[in-house]
Amino acid sequence: MIRPAGRRFGLGARHLLMPVVACSLLQASLAVSSPTVTIGSKKFTESVILAEIAAGLCRDAGAEVRSRNELGGTRLLWNALLSDEIDVYPDYTGTVRHEILADRPGRGDAALRDAAAAAGAQLSRGLGFENTYAIGMREAQARRLGVSNISDLRDHPSLRLGFTSEFMERADGWSGLRRRYGLPQRDVRGLDHDLAYRGLVSNSIDVTDLYSTDAEIREHRLRILEDDLSYFPEYRAVLVMRPELAERAPAARRALARLAGSISTADMIRMNAAVKIDGRSEAAVAREFLAERFGIRGQLDEREVVRSVLHRTAEHVSLVVLSLSLAVLVAVPLGILAARRRRLGRLILASTGILQTIPTLALLVFMIPFLGIGTAPALAALFLYSLLPIVRNTHAGLTGIADSLIESADAMGLPRRARLRRIELPLALPSILAGIKTAAVINVGTATLGALIGAGGYGQPILSGIRLDNFALILEGAIPAALLAIAAQGVFDLLERVVVSRGLRGDARARQS
Amino acid sequence: MLELTKVEKSYDGVRVLGPLSLRVDARETVALLGPSGCGKSTLLRLILALQTPDCGTIRFERIQLDEKSAQSARRRMGYVIQDGGLFPHLTSKENVALMARHLGWSDSRVDRRTAELCELTRLPADALERYPSEISGGQRQRVGLMRALMLDPDILLLDEPLSALDPLVRRDLQSDLREIFAALGKTVVLVTHDVAEAAFFADRIVLMRDGRVVQSGRIAELLERPSEEFVTRFIEAQRSSLPEPAA
Repeated sequence: MIRPAGRRFGLGARHLLMPVVACSLLQASLAVSSPTVTIGSKKFTESVILAEIAAGLCRDAGAEVRSRNELGGTRLLWNALLSDEIDVYPDYTGTVRHEILADRPGRGDAALRDAAAAAGAQLSRGLGFENTYAIGMREAQARRLGVSNISDLRDHPSLRLGFTSEFMERADGWSGLRRRYGLPQRDVRGLDHDLAYRGLVSNSIDVTDLYSTDAEIREHRLRILEDDLSYFPEYRAVLVMRPELAERAPAARRALARLAGSISTADMIRMNAAVKIDGRSEAAVAREFLAERFGIRGQLDEREVVRSVLHRTAEHVSLVVLSLSLAVLVAVPLGILAARRRRLGRLILASTGILQTIPTLALLVFMIPFLGIGTAPALAALFLYSLLPIVRNTHAGLTGIADSLIESADAMGLPRRARLRRIELPLALPSILAGIKTAAVINVGTATLGALIGAGGYGQPILSGIRLDNFALILEGAIPAALLAIAAQGVFDLLERVVVSRGLRGDARARQS
Repeated sequence: MLELTKVEKSYDGVRVLGPLSLRVDARETVALLGPSGCGKSTLLRLILALQTPDCGTIRFERIQLDEKSAQSARRRMGYVIQDGGLFPHLTSKENVALMARHLGWSDSRVDRRTAELCELTRLPADALERYPSEISGGQRQRVGLMRALMLDPDILLLDEPLSALDPLVRRDLQSDLREIFAALGKTVVLVTHDVAEAAFFADRIVLMRDGRVVQSGRIAELLERPSEEFVTRFIEAQRSSLPEPAA
């Protein structure tokens, strides 16, 4: 029985937003009479990640969090904090010392803390890592040459040095470094930041300057050389907070204190890389960190959920649409061939059937040597899985046409091609469409496994959720996947009403009697 | 017009037809009559070259039918089967115009011809836009006839055209059909198992049994000078429905 497809589709679209709405309601109910903490961040990845981590801790402590992410610069954030527009933001000791307090505080953290307090801001204890200028080289080469700190460079005068233009020009850059360590290298040139990394990877330079938590350090397997003569200023990460936060939101303030010393340089590099290279969201990365480090199963921020659900929907839908279109282009002709040539048809149906029996994970793994990881092998696997339902239904649709109709067409003198186009395919269309619909629904489900080989989609949160034992995260993938399957069905029901002749539909027949 | 010579057809080694020879002249209306399984429908299929005879020849307008000549020959034959054989995904009009469209007829030519046939077959105009599942059995049969006549064929082949209809509709269509045949003046070959129907339509009845012609002639000849006992038995069996013999 065919029900009005339009209504069913409408239901699907409305329900797509349900988890989001549910999350916001949940949060709204929890937020009643809880203090509000406003958290700011600067306009770069690391700062946003730290702000999200702080936000997660405050939320866990029962505070309502307002995020003011990616604000202009250091001065702007500092002033926003002093004028009570934000309560917390992440910064670095070196920045506060040199850019805000203009080198007034004496040496040492205590002096810096006092100077900040005098200005009206409270500095947290160090979060555990530094983001300072650093000197790096390829891990393999460093190991071969036995270089682990900057002093060791003195023994290798033939190394080629390439520094960013900024580092070359600053007084506290290359010239100071050379003087402090007495570096002998002659082959030194200035490069753009990205070029420096590329030069290092392609072996055209051996040593460069970088920031000690750059994502590229992980990506390119670089070694940070220890600043054994303490040439670079300290840029330890801290939180800058309003002093009265301790009274206004004591629980949140205590939660933030837990961050002290909890983030290592390696942690920060990993998180930066997860965002900048793997394309994950800052909030998701922060949430994972909180789960792993503090066992916090973070409530989801609805904007973050919407954004990542949209992103994953795009990934998932494009996987399904591409593989399905490709499958239709191949499977319909195959089905026609199978219907025309009986023996060949058996072979075609048997082989597509066998494809279907290969476990998804095995098929994905088979694809890796040929197509690598990512979207391509997932597309190929989904394409292969989509063949069977479409081939079989095309075959069944064509062979199921009454002999008398085929005979009628032949008796009119209609050539075979015209018979196929004008008679057979239109008659088989409901069956073909049903096959495509089946393939689409299966495809939506199977595509969740694409995440196993890096194809993204709704499988991503399901995998993360399983890894972190986070049921909410699993639902974040599973619910949209189920809704997408329903939506796909709706789309095909709608399509059926448009392309299938009224003469073939149940409602026409019903009207007759 | 149509000439079959020593035609034979077997399926899986079992002969279902022939050897059989038959001549149909132009403008003649012939009924192929016989019990089911006597090979009359097979004979019609051979004429349409939907199946090829194992041996013997079939000539249509002096041209021997084979795979090459079949397609153009079919376009000069109109074929009507039980319940019309309409394509369910096309409206009545699309069914009627299918072949003309394929041959590239203009809209106006298609419309003109359709209107002519609509009048001839007395099909209500609103049935044209309906699908086969939305019209009555009698209307379906009229649409089937229109479709067969669309290209103005030289010969009309009908396979049990009335047997799917209930008696009242059947009687109406029967008399309409006879008028149409008379008006068109075409050669007609009609397959039926019904003696009354054969007698009603045909100048000549070809009575068949087990794939062969038992007797061929007017109904009166079959009644008065049966070639064998089967002729009398077959006709007697349906006697009650036979019209009064002409005075």
